[in-house]
Amino acid sequence: MTSLRISSLFPRTPDGYIAFGLGAAACLASGILLLILIFVFGEAWPALRTIGVVRFLSDGAWYPTDGAFGLVPMLAASFALAAGALTIAAPVGVAVAIFRLHYAPGWMKAPYRGLVLLLAGTPSVVLGLWGLMVLVPLIARIEPPGASLIAGILVLALMIVPTVAIASEAALESVPRSCWSAANALGLGREAALLNVVLPAAREGIAGGILLAGARALGETMVVLMITGNIVQMPDGLFTPVRALTSNIALEMAYATGDHRASLFVSGLALTLLVFLLSFAAGTGRRRRHA
Amino acid sequence: MTLGPKDEAAGEGAAGYTVGPMLAGPECCTPEPVIGVRGLAVSYAGVPALKHVDLDIYKGCVTALIGPSGCGKSTFLSSLNRLTDLVAGCRVAGRIEVDGVDIHGPDVDVQALRRKVGMIFQKPNPFPLSIHRNLDMPLREHGVRSRDERESRIRAALSDVGLWEEVADRLDEPALSLSGGQQQRLCIARALVLQPSILLMDEPCSALDPLSAETVEKMIVGLRGRYTVVVVTHNLAQARRIANFAAFFWVRDRAGALIEFDTCQRLFEAPAHDLTAAYVTGRSG
Ligand SMILES: Nc1ncnc2c1ncn2[C@@H]1O[C@H](COP(=O)(O)OP(=O)(O)OP(=O)(O)O)[C@@H](O)[C@H]1O
Ligand SMILES: [Mg+2]
Repeated sequence: MTSLRISSLFPRTPDGYIAFGLGAAACLASGILLLILIFVFGEAWPALRTIGVVRFLSDGAWYPTDGAFGLVPMLAASFALAAGALTIAAPVGVAVAIFRLHYAPGWMKAPYRGLVLLLAGTPSVVLGLWGLMVLVPLIARIEPPGASLIAGILVLALMIVPTVAIASEAALESVPRSCWSAANALGLGREAALLNVVLPAAREGIAGGILLAGARALGETMVVLMITGNIVQMPDGLFTPVRALTSNIALEMAYATGDHRASLFVSGLALTLLVFLLSFAAGTGRRRRHA
Repeated sequence: MTLGPKDEAAGEGAAGYTVGPMLAGPECCTPEPVIGVRGLAVSYAGVPALKHVDLDIYKGCVTALIGPSGCGKSTFLSSLNRLTDLVAGCRVAGRIEVDGVDIHGPDVDVQALRRKVGMIFQKPNPFPLSIHRNLDMPLREHGVRSRDERESRIRAALSDVGLWEEVADRLDEPALSLSGGQQQRLCIARALVLQPSILLMDEPCSALDPLSAETVEKMIVGLRGRYTVVVVTHNLAQARRIANFAAFFWVRDRAGALIEFDTCQRLFEAPAHDLTAAYVTGRSG
């Protein structure tokens, strides 16, 4: 990069045209992203200035039309949903990857992968519908009302298992085959090789996938809107109905005005920064692995 | 295995290359077979790769396997520790005895067999773990509970391959940060640490620079007597330098076959077979 000159920005060779095109596309994409961030920040600014960051954290409740702007219960709900979903999806996703690569019989591998991809591609609103019609009534039988933190956690977990599984598979497959031969030649069994060699070698790629899945869970709106009950309160139990930051924006944006509207943008900004942070952490993990 | 004053004495050996307690072994080999191969035939997905191999490998000797590419040397080697089991579609017929035990017998513990018959590959393949863990983990997996025992075995193995002085103060660094030659010696140490009696080496020097290759070669010479070594090499001069016995393989009727087996000197200087003569004088292959 240090030797970049203006003249080298303009293509002369076919390779140059391709590099130029790719560079332009990359600039466009990141430019748009930057514009979106600036826009959200601009819309949030009035609230940040007049209400102040502190009150978003210290106000006990969320009555934006009556001057109470506490985001903490919804932040906590978002975190609880994402953390709960990860607790389930991370081990299951890694297990799915290991099973498909190392235990599934040959004929099963391709259909199994298809299944994982199908799940990855299922629109979240469909998962939400299923949760609403099947899962919520089941949970309601254990403890009403059913629409609750645990309902959100379960469906989110289902949604992000493929993310973890696909990233873990890529990480596991990038462990050189020679490691397997070496392990076998040392008389290590499959489990010993997996636990001691392959998983440690793939650790950072797997961790990256888990962070990415966490970011997805944190940003998911539709599922949580449909099945978590949408009551603004601290998530003090698995069966408590909660409202996530994302659903709050979707629910209230249509009619919000003034400070209310601006404070919705504040919660959007907070979400974006959190997700960026997670994706960034996932990216650094991956870069370290390739260093 | 303990490291006594011998360790220091050995340290004064050739520059950049230390020999550990392995020199304590007998001077050379005894003509007593430890591996007996009878009527070995190997095929991949029905295509024969090796046919009718009868061969004895003698205890404490270095036996070199030579022959042109594709004549089944690697196949022969990996049938000795049953690594062929892992290749889908690979069928092995015939009888292989190690220490008098049929390795295809019904109650053979393959993991124990592979512990006794170590293998070193052409390309150095250390695990992407620390140097120390590369050696420690196999020991632990093979049930060596005592930490002191593991540490002393690790030290002995690293000394055996002349790596101890080079890595003693960086045992926790990644094994992949070592040079190619060091990685290969680490892989040999990783095999030695399990105290095998037989070592299979598939072109152990061919991916290394000349200097590292020389170090590894000297090391193999140092293994003579204490270990039974079977080494595949394309380097005929190297085979002459390090081996007591040599086996010449050739492709015949589209499958690998053992053409001649003899002491290294006789195979190179007075081969019984025309094919061998042509190959060792560089007129074919
Ligand atoms: N995994 C495998 N699947 C199918 N065929 C194989 C496999 N490994 C080896 N073969 C075949 O078996 C024959 C012998 O191969 P082998 O690797 O044993 O030869 P080699 O003597 O070690 O050759 P080189 O000197 O090139 O390493 C070759 O024809 C090869 O194509
Ligand atoms: Mg070979």
